[in-house]
Amino acid sequence: MPEINGTKPVGKQPNKLMKLLNSKNIVPYIFVSPFILSFLVLTLYPAVQGIIMSFQSILPGQVEFIGLENYSRLTNSTFYTALSNTTIYVILTVLVLTIVPLFLAIFLNSKFVRFKTIFRASLFIPALTSTIVGGMIFRLMFGEQDTAVANQIINWFGIDSVEWRYNAWSAMFLMVILGSWRWIGVNMLYFLAALQNVPGELYEAAEIDGASAWQKLKFVTIPSVKPIIIFVSTITIINGFRMFEESFVFWEASSPGNIGLTVVGYIYQQGIGQNDMGFGAAIGVALMIIIFIISIIYLLLTGTFKRGDE
Amino acid sequence: MDEKGKIKLLKWIANIGFVIICLIALFPIISLLISSFRPSADLMQDGISFSIDFSRLTLDNYTYIFTQASEYWTWYGNSLIISAVTIVTSLFFSSMVGYALAVYDFKGRNFFFILVLLILMVPFEILMLPLYQLMVSTQIIDTYLAVVLPLIVAPVAVFFFRQYALGLPKQLMDAARIDGSTEYGIFFKIMLPLMGPSLAAMAILQGLTSWNNFLWPLLVLRSNDMFTLPIGLATLLTPYGNNYDVLIAGSVMTIIPIMILFIIFQRYFVAGLTTGGVKG
Repeated sequence: MPEINGTKPVGKQPNKLMKLLNSKNIVPYIFVSPFILSFLVLTLYPAVQGIIMSFQSILPGQVEFIGLENYSRLTNSTFYTALSNTTIYVILTVLVLTIVPLFLAIFLNSKFVRFKTIFRASLFIPALTSTIVGGMIFRLMFGEQDTAVANQIINWFGIDSVEWRYNAWSAMFLMVILGSWRWIGVNMLYFLAALQNVPGELYEAAEIDGASAWQKLKFVTIPSVKPIIIFVSTITIINGFRMFEESFVFWEASSPGNIGLTVVGYIYQQGIGQNDMGFGAAIGVALMIIIFIISIIYLLLTGTFKRGDE
Repeated sequence: MDEKGKIKLLKWIANIGFVIICLIALFPIISLLISSFRPSADLMQDGISFSIDFSRLTLDNYTYIFTQASEYWTWYGNSLIISAVTIVTSLFFSSMVGYALAVYDFKGRNFFFILVLLILMVPFEILMLPLYQLMVSTQIIDTYLAVVLPLIVAPVAVFFFRQYALGLPKQLMDAARIDGSTEYGIFFKIMLPLMGPSLAAMAILQGLTSWNNFLWPLLVLRSNDMFTLPIGLATLLTPYGNNYDVLIAGSVMTIIPIMILFIIFQRYFVAGLTTGGVKG
């Protein structure tokens, strides 16, 4: 029988195929296949290609291996500025985005605070705005004018108005406060979820032993949520090194004296702006190595890799 | 003061403290809302200010954006389409993968799971230049596909769904098999509905990610009528005279869909965070 019509069943074959496709040996691989495909095309390929590109000089229609030249170009003051800006940003955001949400969560989890749902929601709402929208509001709040909110406040305290977007210290402040504003509520939710899992008996036992509020915090609460503290701070470190939008929304492509330049901003500037993809790729590889080393050191210091010795 | 009075006082301090903190957190949003009714000239001159002349409030910004700013609505449509596609595909594929990693015993299962965790650690920024090059050479640059592609399977969501699916009752699978159901039927008709709360939590997170996504769309979108909202709004933030009329009313409108998504699914959100993200 000629197989012109593809939809016509031919013998028992389609059933066999169906059986094979439904076998428990095959099904898991079919389910996982979208991930495998996306991993190959969207992660493995660009990762390998990125490393190759970092050894190349890439001009339109002319690609050439230049060894480590892109990497030796990293020893320039702009890269150091970007790296130090990013590092300061990471340190500040890790401090703010771990400590503040933790204490907010502890208070919100205590019997002292009412209207928990409303408080939880209002602290989370900033996360719903994009950095662009948030940044635009902050640009208007931290405007140069004496009438802008931030200047009005410091004027009450007798401090002269500040050109927020044009000083190095206030530039860093703007980026940190925008990032913190958007993420405090999210991190607070993580801590809140963790606190609700701490068994109440621990506190009862501590109370019987006559522990003060401070002692309960130090010996019960903090150790119980330590895994989440590590989780939140690690994510904050990684996200901090990837920061770009907070800087872009305040200064677009370039800030005065690069006060707002970040490492990812430098990748964008060189790779796309200057069309120097090889150098951009080298910055990317350097960034990955930095994130990798710092994450590992951090996780080692906090004892995350240790097992079963507690 | 006696013990009871002390506790009462402490309660007052804690509650007032929280009201203040929440007001500070909400202040920028409230200011945005009020400012959207201010004449853009005032806004340009004063920035966001405590001293607002309430008699000058007007609907002009909204009238302008609804009647004049057609490009704004093009961006809005683009963002809606891209986010909808991203939510549907990333929930569909990621739940499938996470489910398979949780319920089936198969060769390579651990390898795939470790791979998911590793990908979570690789920042997208180092992959973006080669991916950009790939999109240029395959000529899918400046299309919806180019924006959506990197978000189609989300490792975060795979991880999350796996954690959630670990807790699903496996006896249901056996019962369904005896009744002659296929593995696909089991997933789509029985297990996927049971994963509802985790799907809701991920719908919020993926929706948020896609709606607010910036750097990648900035790279791959070139023509004005392909821009998404964040990119479009960013183009209005020029160093020379900002277009505050579109910007500020436009920003308010930007928050609305994501707010709706949040209100619909927020019940599941906190519960979802507890079961997924932080354990394991």
